[in-house]
Amino acid sequence: MITIRDVEHVALLARLELNEEEKKTYARQLNAILEYAGMLNELDTADVPPTAHVLPLQNVFREDRVGAHMPPEEVLANAPEREDRYFKVPKIM
Amino acid sequence: MELHYLSAHELHGMLVKKEISAAEICADVFQRIDRTEERIKAFVTLTREEALARAREVDKKIAAGEEIHPLAGIPVAVKDNMCTRGVRTTCSSKILSNFIPPYNATVVEKLMQADAVMVGKTNLDEFAMGSSTENSGFFTTANPWDTERVPGGSSGGSAAAVAAGEAVLALGSDTGGSIRQPAALCGVVGLKPTYGAVSRYGLVAFASSLDQIGPFTRDVEDCARLFNAICGHDPLDSTSAPGKQPDYTGFLTDDIKGLKIGVPAEYMGEGIDPAVKEVIGRAMKQLAALGVEIEETSLPHSRYALPTYYLIAPAEASSNLARYDGVRYGYRAEDAADVVDMFMKTRSRGFGTEVKRRIMLGTYALSAGYYDAYYLKALKVRTLIKQDFDRAFERFDALLSPTAPSPAFKRGEKTDDPLQMYMSDICTLAVNLAGVPGISLPAGFVDGLPVGMQLIGKPFGEGTLLRLAYAFEQHTDHKSRRPAL
Amino acid sequence: MADYETIIGLEVHVELKTNSKIFCPSTTEFGAGPNTHVCPVCLGLPGTLPVLNKKVLAYAIKAALALNCQIAEYSKFDRKNYYYPDLPKNYQISQYDLPIAEHGHLDIEVDGREKRIGITRLHMEEDAGKLVHQGNITTSPYSLVDYNRTGVPLIEIVSEPDMRSPEEARAYLDKLKAIIAYTGVSDCKMEEGSLRCDANISVRPRGTKEFGTKSEIKNMNSFRALQRALAYEVERQIAVLEDGGRIVQETRTWDEARGETRSMRSKEEAHDYRYFPEPDLVPLVIDRQWVEEIRATLPELPDQRRQRYMRLYDLPSYDAAVLTSSLEMAEYYEACVAMYPNAKAVSNWMMGDLSRLLNAANMDITACRVRPDNLTGMLKLIDQGTISGKIAKTVFEEMFNTGKDAAQVVKEKGLVQISDAGAITAVIDQVLAGNPKVVEDYRAGKDKALGFLVGQVMKTTRGKANPELVNKLLREKLQA
Repeated sequence: MITIRDVEHVALLARLELNEEEKKTYARQLNAILEYAGMLNELDTADVPPTAHVLPLQNVFREDRVGAHMPPEEVLANAPEREDRYFKVPKIM
Repeated sequence: MELHYLSAHELHGMLVKKEISAAEICADVFQRIDRTEERIKAFVTLTREEALARAREVDKKIAAGEEIHPLAGIPVAVKDNMCTRGVRTTCSSKILSNFIPPYNATVVEKLMQADAVMVGKTNLDEFAMGSSTENSGFFTTANPWDTERVPGGSSGGSAAAVAAGEAVLALGSDTGGSIRQPAALCGVVGLKPTYGAVSRYGLVAFASSLDQIGPFTRDVEDCARLFNAICGHDPLDSTSAPGKQPDYTGFLTDDIKGLKIGVPAEYMGEGIDPAVKEVIGRAMKQLAALGVEIEETSLPHSRYALPTYYLIAPAEASSNLARYDGVRYGYRAEDAADVVDMFMKTRSRGFGTEVKRRIMLGTYALSAGYYDAYYLKALKVRTLIKQDFDRAFERFDALLSPTAPSPAFKRGEKTDDPLQMYMSDICTLAVNLAGVPGISLPAGFVDGLPVGMQLIGKPFGEGTLLRLAYAFEQHTDHKSRRPAL
Repeated sequence: MADYETIIGLEVHVELKTNSKIFCPSTTEFGAGPNTHVCPVCLGLPGTLPVLNKKVLAYAIKAALALNCQIAEYSKFDRKNYYYPDLPKNYQISQYDLPIAEHGHLDIEVDGREKRIGITRLHMEEDAGKLVHQGNITTSPYSLVDYNRTGVPLIEIVSEPDMRSPEEARAYLDKLKAIIAYTGVSDCKMEEGSLRCDANISVRPRGTKEFGTKSEIKNMNSFRALQRALAYEVERQIAVLEDGGRIVQETRTWDEARGETRSMRSKEEAHDYRYFPEPDLVPLVIDRQWVEEIRATLPELPDQRRQRYMRLYDLPSYDAAVLTSSLEMAEYYEACVAMYPNAKAVSNWMMGDLSRLLNAANMDITACRVRPDNLTGMLKLIDQGTISGKIAKTVFEEMFNTGKDAAQVVKEKGLVQISDAGAITAVIDQVLAGNPKVVEDYRAGKDKALGFLVGQVMKTTRGKANPELVNKLLREKLQA
């Protein structure tokens, strides 16, 4: 059962600010979805390996070669805020 | 002449014979857009000037006697979650509403290499999360067959654009049905390739282990041609399949005699609109008449696909969407006290309801104490689902089902109940979980609304799917019907 | 006060010296203008994907082999999710439950006692960017972000909680640095950030089995800082316990200026990194033959080299350990020995004056202006009798400060040894004449008096007289 406190904790982990109404709605909806997901417990998966990748690929590499860098103006072109050639962010603490 | 409703292979023939010019095709498509786009709203961004300029380049090549690519001069729409250098790429999200990528997705690069003409970027459910385009952060796209209804989603803009003649071809992406379901609802052909067949580089990630890019076309031959152009190994995508892929137009033969198709009982049962079942039943008879052996089969873990999907996809999404924080690109909330506050305000205002819901769900599923119960459990069930398909393909060349449980539904009909909306994808989700290819093609109509048939293939069995689809298309007339716009 | 035992484990991050970053082709070069060494991938732009640099894997395996680790058969990457503005994707690609290597160890020696420290695991991950503040992080009204370092390859080496004192921790880090540097996969420069160290530390009453609550110490930017911070933390924790208090499990930062550790409390939630398998990268299945090929490229490591020095140059164990404690030191030593056969003399000078001056100047031997040919040149002057061993100390210091060679210093400063018996005898006569009382004492059997007289002769010649000759001539004179 997901409580409002759980929702608040998850929202902080996910960096989402929710109002009281949203907290209630998400608590209700997440509970509904997870209750539905509970049907997976019908299956005994103790001996089943997880599938993280469907393609049986392994050992995909690139060689250690340096490629082109973006011109600094292009790097910063989408920056909401910048100072000189840095991205600018509000104070950390 | 209505150039915009011709197929790419017809247009190519005319271009090569110099019966028309690429500029004329382009102008015609934009004329069509000017007439219908107000009602359809398929596009987030139109690239009219660039398109005309590219079309003229193609005409120069033709005039100079150069051999041109089968897609040269063909108007293509691109779902707005694929990066296009210098052209805004929004994912239909406020948080990326001003993002201009400095690079092209590999598929876009391939279209450029082929001299295809991109006409614009199409609308989608925000970050491809949805089944109706109603979750777009900007506006909802209309179904060309009935503008009161949704085009499906998440690639609703691409499907609607092709169905409405606002583009000849389009690219979409499919994480749980986002190509096949809108293709079905809009009466066009949509292919979700095998995971790894098409590079994901430059596709803004939703759920990385499920996402695939694929074509929307009005016929199967165009589908093979567009797939030919975009598939193949990409060193920029570690999950891209190695090796060379065949020329898929080589599979387009009328002869499908002796092929074996399994019809999973789970996809023809509860939750499927009887009218849809009827259309699919007719299609099965038509295929049988062409010599295909059709047999009922079972994918016993099908009912677990939906909950499995709704743990895995949101978990990956919660991580993939973490980067939208207002630091390097996109929207930023301006009134923040500190950086954590800025992250929280930016993300809360920048993302829509469904995206936030899935981020919450995925974050929860991955969080301490729940990982094993939810995420790991889902990965294990994914194995069982995949094994169902492996076993089925020991006996069958392909599987057949409806693409969507019902024809296009009305706007607003399912927006209040997320689970109800998620049900729109019950026939398509498992295909992504198993990583196998699936194609949707028009199989008939119910009350003037198209119904799609899904064919599911073995890994890298797109050739067989195209062969079956092509033969079916040759012996039916669904593709010639046009929406009244 | 009860007797406490200290438990320390270290987490060390080492930057690998590849040309390009771990998952993209941007350069790893240090020191360029902000945001100039980035591409769409390391900037975390939407749609970009990582591809593993094979050299990173090879280097990680090499380092792991040098640390006696077992290389995994099967390994994979995972995402570590946390928000910080220097992390472009707000997750770090790292390794969680299947690291590339585990179960290693290295041997340290403290106060003459050898001890084996276990290495739990070694894994690969990507570095984050850099925040630039006005003043410091807590007072700065805003921060600036430079992503040049994002995606630089790192290996993280986690030790077992096997260390029992700050000295052991220091010895472990010294040894770890030496081993990694010997393999050539990293510069291991703490000042440039290519070697970083966090510590987990706790105390418990001696004799108890259970570990005490640990704190994690960060921001120790030098070897000295590590030792100081840990020593401080031991005292702090004991003081808290002795006061009847409890240790809080927390992260503390070392404040070098104040010489104390401080709690890093913030509104951050408890860490929940939500690790899950990185879907954009495929698993690694490590070919055993490749591992053996990499093993074959391992150079002679510090312990082996130390054994060789003891055998070949007949050095005491301690001296051999100091000389092999860094690759640069060992290479310097071997360059000297190649030019000058008295290995013991070279060792004495390196262990003595050279180390003393380097330490005082806080200088690395690579930056030392006395190069091996300079040092051996000076040793040859001593052998030839041009300068005395005592004068050599002065000469060496001058060489160290100016970078001039010994002959030049000797010439400029007029420090050539006086070995002319006549000249020395003249000085002796003068000294004896001036100190009749001392002469008498000597003759009365006070041997000490000789030392005084030698000192006077040396003083008069400003140290330049050949001391052996002075001794000999003085005895002759006094006995005459």
